Amino acid sequence: MDKLFIGNHIRKLRFEHSEMTQEQLAEKVGVTRQTIVAMEKGKYSPSLELAFRIAMTFQKPLEAVFFVEKAT
Amino acid sequence: MSYQEKRSIVNIISTLLITGGYSAYALPQYPQAEAYSETIFHFWGSFFFILIGVSIVASIIITILFSILNTVTNGEGEPSLTDERDHVISLRAARNSSYVFILGVLLAMGSLVISQPPTVMFIILILSGVASSLISDMSAFFFYRRGY
Repeated sequence: MDKLFIGNHIRKLRFEHSEMTQEQLAEKVGVTRQTIVAMEKGKYSPSLELAFRIAMTFQKPLEAVFFVEKAT
Repeated sequence: MSYQEKRSIVNIISTLLITGGYSAYALPQYPQAEAYSETIFHFWGSFFFILIGVSIVASIIITILFSILNTVTNGEGEPSLTDERDHVISLRAARNSSYVFILGVLLAMGSLVISQPPTVMFIILILSGVASSLISDMSAFFFYRRGY
């Protein structure tokens, strides 16, 4: 089975939402800033619950925040 | 470097210092007695209990000191919450630590199977306990560095 890479547009969406800081987003979704940093760098794939929380914070559907592609 | 990474390094150093220090103090008192005598079992039983007690007290003191020092030097206190990533890292570190300890227990029992004295078994158990603690902190450090 091919390995999948789960990427996201969190960084872009933060800037589109009044340049929201990582700290502010972390506080809104109930995680630490380090977790947001790890997600933005593509080093950490969030749980489904956290993914939905982030999407709800940006008022976007899940697929507008996260995308999946085959890992190289 | 994040708080968790620094804490892992402090834990690694403190584990080495506490175990090394206590062993350097207690092992010279190893009794001159028969390999299977009650005195030997009493010595190792006491060694384990005191080591566990010393480790707990020293860990608490070191954690408090580290927290104070970190706050004073960086203005960064202990994180107020642990999130899902912290839990994932903690579970993975515990899994690696368990593997090492299980291996140690098997080796310790194996030493009895090949007729080694009980002292060898106790030493392997202590070493596997130390190794599993080190692996736990090293794994946590590695996972926090890597991202998860």
